[in-house]
Amino acid sequence: MPNINDILIMLPELYLVVAACLLLLLDAFMKPEQRGVLHWLSVAVLLVGIYLVVAGQPPQPVVAFGGMFVRDGVAEILKVFALLCTALVFIYARPYLIDRKLFIGEFYTLTIFAVIGIMLLVSAGSLVTVYLGLELLTLSSYALVALNRDSPLSSEAAIKYFVLGALASGMLLYGMSMVYGATATLDLASLHTAAAHTGMPNLLLFGLIFMIVGIGFKLGAAPFHMWIPDVYQGSPTAVTIFIGSAPKLAAFGMAYRLLESGLGDLSQHWQQMLAVLAVLSLAIGNLVAIVQTNLKRLLAYSTISHMGYLLLGLVNAGPEGYASALFYAISYALMGTAAFGVILALARAGFECEEIDDLKGLNQRSPWMAFLMMLVMFSLAGVPPLFGFFAKLLVLQAAIHAGMLWLAIVGAVFAIIGLYYYLRVVKVMYFDQPNEGAELKMQQDPSVRVVLSLNALSLLVLGFAWGPLLGWCRSVFPG
Amino acid sequence: MFNHLLSLLIWLPIVGAIPVLLAGSGRPNTARWISLLVAVLTFVLSLYLLSQYNAADSTKQLAEDHLWIASLGVHYSLAVDGISIALILLTTFVGILVIVGAWEVIQNKPHQYMAAMLVLEGLMIGVFCATDALLFYVFFEAMLIPMFILIGIWGGPRRVYATLKFFIYTFLGSIFMLVGLIYLYLKAGTFDLQTLAALPLDMKEQTWLFFAFLAAFAVKVPMVPVHTWLPDAHVEAPTGGSVVLAAVMLKIGGYGFLRFSLPIVPDASEAYAWVVIGLSLIAVVYIGYIALVQDDMKKLVAYSSVAHMGFVTLGIFIAFMLVRGAGNLDAAKLGMQGAMVQMISHGFVSGAMFSCIGVLYDRLHTRQIKDYGGVINVMPWFGFFYVLFAMANSGLPGTSGFVGEFQVVLASFQANPWIALFAAFTLIIGAAYTLYMVKRVLWGDITNPHVAEMKDINGRELFVLGAFAAAVLALGIWPQPLIHLMDSSVTQLVQQLGNHKI
Repeated sequence: MPNINDILIMLPELYLVVAACLLLLLDAFMKPEQRGVLHWLSVAVLLVGIYLVVAGQPPQPVVAFGGMFVRDGVAEILKVFALLCTALVFIYARPYLIDRKLFIGEFYTLTIFAVIGIMLLVSAGSLVTVYLGLELLTLSSYALVALNRDSPLSSEAAIKYFVLGALASGMLLYGMSMVYGATATLDLASLHTAAAHTGMPNLLLFGLIFMIVGIGFKLGAAPFHMWIPDVYQGSPTAVTIFIGSAPKLAAFGMAYRLLESGLGDLSQHWQQMLAVLAVLSLAIGNLVAIVQTNLKRLLAYSTISHMGYLLLGLVNAGPEGYASALFYAISYALMGTAAFGVILALARAGFECEEIDDLKGLNQRSPWMAFLMMLVMFSLAGVPPLFGFFAKLLVLQAAIHAGMLWLAIVGAVFAIIGLYYYLRVVKVMYFDQPNEGAELKMQQDPSVRVVLSLNALSLLVLGFAWGPLLGWCRSVFPG
Repeated sequence: MFNHLLSLLIWLPIVGAIPVLLAGSGRPNTARWISLLVAVLTFVLSLYLLSQYNAADSTKQLAEDHLWIASLGVHYSLAVDGISIALILLTTFVGILVIVGAWEVIQNKPHQYMAAMLVLEGLMIGVFCATDALLFYVFFEAMLIPMFILIGIWGGPRRVYATLKFFIYTFLGSIFMLVGLIYLYLKAGTFDLQTLAALPLDMKEQTWLFFAFLAAFAVKVPMVPVHTWLPDAHVEAPTGGSVVLAAVMLKIGGYGFLRFSLPIVPDASEAYAWVVIGLSLIAVVYIGYIALVQDDMKKLVAYSSVAHMGFVTLGIFIAFMLVRGAGNLDAAKLGMQGAMVQMISHGFVSGAMFSCIGVLYDRLHTRQIKDYGGVINVMPWFGFFYVLFAMANSGLPGTSGFVGEFQVVLASFQANPWIALFAAFTLIIGAAYTLYMVKRVLWGDITNPHVAEMKDINGRELFVLGAFAAAVLALGIWPQPLIHLMDSSVTQLVQQLGNHKI
């Protein structure tokens, strides 16, 4: 029976569930013109969530509900950044949603439910919780993608996402059933010991492969990346920015829980598989991004390549590697929110700012915005002294440390190829003349301006002061 | 404050760029004056640095060391020796001249131009101070961003192509160095250059690392066959960009060889010294011939830069043959010293040549040699400087161009007379392409009516060219202070060359 302790351990999640329900109710009784209150309340709910996560963090990992739920350092970091990114998403998205008459309560409640899914997923202590969290996250995301239901592009993206997502969930579930068959346990901690002594190693491996497919789909790693470009492009940008940020942290958390907490003993098998996924993601992501003309699609392929780099860290399969992958996931989430934040801030009623050409001559129209976008692009490309460089440095180091020098060299080569398309965005902003008649204006909303500036400048600041964050990431993985 | 002199030198121009940017396009003159003030302050500070430096002591001085990333053991550590100081002085000196040189020339967003120049200056000083490999790499790469912007916004018609090529080429070289550095870090547990220099490495490791470093620095120098970005970048860059690129940025390649290849992988450097020497000779001879047939003045000087930088790499690597082969430390030192003097001298000469071309370009908006002719008739003062720098470029005794090349040729003669013979070809080819250009631009009759309307240099241009001329002559007539400044550091470097790691 759950006791009060279990409840306390899960307090941040439970608080968010209650808050989300209250927001839903509030929305129902609110006049549409008062929705601004709802917006700021939602942001506050997330910030209080961060406080609850940090303040209630036990010094040692604890489990609740008979091992179903784990609250440890890894979960803490992931939850803090997932909540933070979501708060950023809310702030960036508001003017965009208002302009498109999508400023409705469902956006906030669905997103908060998705975040609850993320929090469950990264705290999972059992295969069941993994699946539960994942489904909560993805189901909310399907609905979010289809938020703009009158847009055919949006609906198409939602259907595509749903069908492929369902397939991946099925694969994952199938893999879990195999693993259960081989080890007779769903609990990740006992799975870890049982996997070492299983009488059916082939069955276990079989299950592992299916689980990797599920993880690959969630990460958006090639060859399971098909949904990413369409969903990124088809969703309203306010939703794309969410899908492109916090769920990446969840995907890392899921990979860590399943592969390390659960099947850490099989690491010599999954290391090879992840290495293949990494090379494919780097290649497909970077090469296909070169020919994109749509900014959202370009960022979609860039995500795929970044997941390849994240995998370089996971391939290490040691504390140092997990820390570098976690660091990478955080850096990517911050860069992703900033990149889409700029797109959102430049969009206005009737103008999406989706094509790369829409950014032409941005430096002449809004030098500050161009500067922020330049920081993000150089950070994504991994040019020092920006944050993204150090994230790349750490995953390359993790790969070399794991004895996979070749993999690090592949990563390095694709960093050069990737550089090209990020530079192209900078080129368009700085070196080209603005389109005739096009008016690129920065969003006037002061909250967007300030927060977006802080978000992008943080990439520069963290390029100098990344030590504490790395220290935090390293401290949560017991050596 | 005085424990942080090097940090101050690095960050003063970078932070100084912020008020320049804030001054905005609305008040371009304020932006210009602030940036000039910052550049002058930085120069004065670098002179103060010189006065604080004890040239007799070969160890690295004025060290600063702060733990940067505790969990990785990465340090923010800076220190200088004589070589670094010489290059820092060159950087700050050129830093003022490019700001003055761009004064009225840059009308499109002058504040952004000046800010980019200042940031670039700070980062280049950082490269010369860093004693931690990761910190070095950060400065080394970060430099590309302002340069990318400089060429891309204020460059010529094919600027986008040129700047992308520049960025990607350089990034391509250095990313392999990064992989090499990570490998070294995992072996040594630190990025500290001194520790890495003492780290034992077997031949296979050294060979791979040698080529990783070579990839990074050969692109930067640039050496044949990876020099092709340079003519494009130079031709398209604005005058100030070309000046910084030729005067300082190329030197970073040579400097990198000194700080990385020589101490960390000495045995592989010895084993493959022939590769570098061969490529250097090709640069000197073959690129010299290519320079001869150029129609574009900037391209001609760009190719001549490649040829002259060949002497730098030649001087550095000939020292290996001399120390390890013949045990001839004196000759090795001469070669190394020659390479260093050549770096500084080429900084002045190429900067001056590009400034001259800038002066012509501002008047006629063309760099084609055939559009000029008879310029001396309307611009006598300009002609004086142009001929002076052309002479320095072809290595006339009494100018700075002579000293370094002569030392390198002398040293290589002691290693192998054949090498010296090919190196000495530069005296002929260099004179040929430079004087041929002078002949076509300055002398003869005025054929282009626009040339007849050209005005002689104004006070601002006189200041820039005069400063370069003073430096070129001072270094040519009395190189002793510079040699003395670098002497103990060069001696120590040469002694290090004898250390085997296997």
